[in-house]
Amino acid sequence: MSKKLRAAIIGPGNIGTDLLMKAMRSDWIEPVWMVGIEESEGIKRARDFGMKVSTSGVDGLVPFVEEDNIQIAFDATSAYVHADNSRKLNEKGVIMIDLTPAAIGPYCIPPVNLEALLKEGRKENVNMVTCGGQATIPMVAAVSQVQEVEYGEIVATVASKSIGPGTRKNIDEFTRTTAGAIEKVGGAKKGKAIIVVNPAEPPLIMRDTIHCLTKDEPNQEAIIASVHAMVEKVQQYVPGYRLINGPIFDGKRVTVFMEVEGLGDFLPKYSGNLDIMTAAGLRTAELYAEAIANGTI
Amino acid sequence: MDLKGKKVTLHDMCLRDGMHPKQHQISVDEMVDIATALDESGVPLIEVTHGDGLGGSSVNYGFPAATDEEYLDAVIPKMKNAKISALLLPGIGTIDHLKMAADIGVSTIRVATHCTEADVSEQHIGLSSQMGLDTVGFLMMAHMISAEQLLEQALLMESYGANCIYCTDSAGYMLPHHVTERISLLRSRLKPETELGFHGHHNMALGVANSLAAVDAGANRIDGSAAGLGAGAGNTPLEVFATVLDRMEAETGVNIFKLMAVAEEKIVPLMDQIVRVDRDSLTLGYAGVYSSFLLFAQRASAKFGVPSQDILLEMARLKAVGGQEDLIEHVAMEMAKAKS
Repeated sequence: MSKKLRAAIIGPGNIGTDLLMKAMRSDWIEPVWMVGIEESEGIKRARDFGMKVSTSGVDGLVPFVEEDNIQIAFDATSAYVHADNSRKLNEKGVIMIDLTPAAIGPYCIPPVNLEALLKEGRKENVNMVTCGGQATIPMVAAVSQVQEVEYGEIVATVASKSIGPGTRKNIDEFTRTTAGAIEKVGGAKKGKAIIVVNPAEPPLIMRDTIHCLTKDEPNQEAIIASVHAMVEKVQQYVPGYRLINGPIFDGKRVTVFMEVEGLGDFLPKYSGNLDIMTAAGLRTAELYAEAIANGTI
Repeated sequence: MDLKGKKVTLHDMCLRDGMHPKQHQISVDEMVDIATALDESGVPLIEVTHGDGLGGSSVNYGFPAATDEEYLDAVIPKMKNAKISALLLPGIGTIDHLKMAADIGVSTIRVATHCTEADVSEQHIGLSSQMGLDTVGFLMMAHMISAEQLLEQALLMESYGANCIYCTDSAGYMLPHHVTERISLLRSRLKPETELGFHGHHNMALGVANSLAAVDAGANRIDGSAAGLGAGAGNTPLEVFATVLDRMEAETGVNIFKLMAVAEEKIVPLMDQIVRVDRDSLTLGYAGVYSSFLLFAQRASAKFGVPSQDILLEMARLKAVGGQEDLIEHVAMEMAKAKS
């Protein structure tokens, strides 16, 4: 029997489709179902890829969870409906990877705290924070692993074309969730997140600036090494994650400049912000699959 | 141009936009003193807080001398007639900041987005309008798109509940006919009861001329700043604009001599450097660069040894929008690397 965990993806939009394309290449995840709420382009694409589809939301999937042995699901819809989706599937024993900013479950930034989460055993729900969080919190953690960070601040600049109506309607959710995770996962005492949307054509590649204020004078050598090591960890699942400048030091300020280019599976390459979400979500699912196969959870 | 009898609401910016040239270091006492004097001179609306609006306090934009809450708490109870407004940029500030400002007693919330991104303001404009506040949609860097595109975005903000829409010339790039074209189209297509405003920067020394063009085309709210204290070469100097309107027999309710005194006796002595059209600020206007980038470019220039003018021109080439202060240091470093 295959070790792969059989999976459902909820939300056949751009993110769901990109995730599907990545999951189809995975050694650990086998996408089986695509869940939408109506007939759509995304549902049609999923059908063409050989997926089973629901056009009546999670309710259309629930009766088939056992016979199709669905063990893990990704929610790429919105924070508003996530709680409902998660509850219905958790009742059937499905682990939920949450790509919305709902944040019911613990935050997960794979290179920072996934290992620790796996040690805690099985989770019903794991939250992937936000795109800006995935791109920047590894850098905050790289600094806080060296020394105490009093304050971590990130500025994510994204192409206008790469942020959808859901994010636009609730942009506060982005700033709040990201700021919370800078503290809880990044290890900064206080976190702040800023997002800037730029409509330039051709669309710009996602840029992220990470500022940390350290408690004591920064240990420059150790921070530089930690940042480079962390970049390599993220590159394992997001090859287009690049350190473009820094770390630079200005008193107790440590600043790192990143650029995130996507793989261009379904989403265009400039939308590294979306790519890093789907890649991090899949990475998380894969490590759960591996742990389940090894019998560690 | 005949503006006789036109009613114009003047909105002072020196305690918000003026925070940029002051690196956000205006003290609470200075704010109270200046706001009180502006109130006495009849200025009906005064904006207060961090230069980048509510929640702007950050490494990226600068930490202020006091919190937004402290400024608002101190200034609002001292006002006899003037109302206090606060600016909010979604992506920087949140609904929580908005509620805090409303609780303290601001009359006006101005929700600012880049001119093409009005749809990130829906939750903030919606809430402000539901709370019964005077709610303004503030479309920044409005020179970057056509009048027709600006109208589309203005209609979105109006649909969310804004009762006033601003055409904001954040880069001080617009020439009078650009203002006329935009305000005229907005006037002809937005609801007749929706007010229109213009926010200028004086980078091409056109703050007054552009504001006149805006009023002539149908705007009734104009932003300016006593002695022009604001980002770049400053905002439209409010005492100058009020005086011109006085000569044209428009109605502002402002005592121009008192306002001149505020500018001369309180604002000019407060300036760390004279806010004026110089090589760098003129470059902002010429190339269409967000005005608050000025001091960041000058600091990066000093640190990395590349001319500030070149940094600003590169920011223009990269089509940077408001809020991208973080790009400046990176750009300067890249230019320094290319030079060596």
